[in-house]
Amino acid sequence: MMSIFDKFQQLVATRLELEKSCDKFFNIVMEEIISGTEAIVNGRPTILAGSNNYLGLSFDTDCIDAACDAVRKEGTGTTGSRMANGTFAGHLALERELAEYFDRQSAIVFSTGYVANLAMLSTLVGPGEVILLDADCHASIYDGCRLGRAEVHRFRHNDPQDLEKRLRRLEKRDTNVLVVAEGLYSMMGDRAPLVEIVAVKRAYGAYLMVDEAHSLGVLGKTGRGLAEEAGVEDGVDFVVGTFSKSLGAIGGFCVSNHPELDLVRYASRPYVFTASSSPSVIASTRAALKILQARSELRQRLWENANLLYNTLQNLDFAVGPEASPIVAIQLEDKAEAFALWSGLLENGVYVNLVLPPATPDGNCLLRSSVSAAHTPEQMARICRAFTAVRELTAVPQAV
Amino acid sequence: MRDYENILEELYKILQPFVPQGLEIEEETDLVADLGLDSLKVMKIVESVEDSLDISIPLNILPDVRTVEDFAIQIQKLIGDG
Repeated sequence: MMSIFDKFQQLVATRLELEKSCDKFFNIVMEEIISGTEAIVNGRPTILAGSNNYLGLSFDTDCIDAACDAVRKEGTGTTGSRMANGTFAGHLALERELAEYFDRQSAIVFSTGYVANLAMLSTLVGPGEVILLDADCHASIYDGCRLGRAEVHRFRHNDPQDLEKRLRRLEKRDTNVLVVAEGLYSMMGDRAPLVEIVAVKRAYGAYLMVDEAHSLGVLGKTGRGLAEEAGVEDGVDFVVGTFSKSLGAIGGFCVSNHPELDLVRYASRPYVFTASSSPSVIASTRAALKILQARSELRQRLWENANLLYNTLQNLDFAVGPEASPIVAIQLEDKAEAFALWSGLLENGVYVNLVLPPATPDGNCLLRSSVSAAHTPEQMARICRAFTAVRELTAVPQAV
Repeated sequence: MRDYENILEELYKILQPFVPQGLEIEEETDLVADLGLDSLKVMKIVESVEDSLDISIPLNILPDVRTVEDFAIQIQKLIGDG
């Protein structure tokens, strides 16, 4: 009889091949955390240019103090579901504060951003109804669709004409359609064409959910994300997001003006059947949300760093994404070249994410950097110098 | 309405660039085992079929598609339901 692990043989072969080409790839450990932007990796101080700590709040003293107070007063964990003993006063306060910040009627807090998408997509859209998602949506959105019983269609990435064509085909079905897009796409850092998407969804009477995971605190006058920046918040029915990026903790949320949002709690298995966020996480997130609103200079610093890195990589003739954003990704066709560049950066004291197909759009390899408001001018200069140093490892400009 | 043979012919055309040299594509051809298609290639093929037949193919049907014949049957059902 076959072993239960036999199905992973292809994975074993791929892993061995990758380890041969790049032994460090699977063995990255943050051995000691020095700050939100620096850690000891392979025994050496390394600048972290591959986190999602956009505002640098994971080491903010107010957030740390709030977390420490909460853990002392309320313990290390809630040990229960939101539906049972796991709703503390802090969870409800955070929901009120999120609704107020987004100027929406209701909010639900989930244990992670992944769970937020799982919960909303598997529950909100039922049998006979349709989810129409951008092809480049995050895995949590795809997984949420798989967990539910709705029919799932994709439209081409950032292509409102393709979205419209698909909505037109669905028109005669006379059913509810939920369109899903993201504020900033996590791999290439490009924005959704939200004005056009909102116009199309309105024309066909569809609902729209926007995942602002990477755009919360990054885009918009007050940091509410792409919908705010594009001036179409009233066309977005549901905003989902995470606390694990700009807010420096872990957790997820959904806000909406539909008063019925609250009903999702009672019907959603990913909400009911998991423990709620720890009091310390809720406390630091509440503190971070206040800072996000009060200190717009963090967003300004973040964008200065983002533009600096994007322009530097563009001037070095790397194949970067279509627009500057705090996520700056280089596309590479050749895996060996991607490994060489990634290892070279690490040797130069800079950690970035190396992302391989099929986790990337278009089947290319990606060197994904992300910058933080907490990167100092000296750290930014070191990151740029490291990319300049490894540029020689690529023989020709990486036109993809 | 397109009949099964028409759909099959269209599928053969769309799949042709993915057929390894020396292999004859037929109804029993397995999309993964014979053609070695990965998830990215499958999605490209789905988009081509959608454009060519002016239909939308739900992701939900893909787990039931193993061979070219399975794919053609699912498409025929979609067109019939349309």
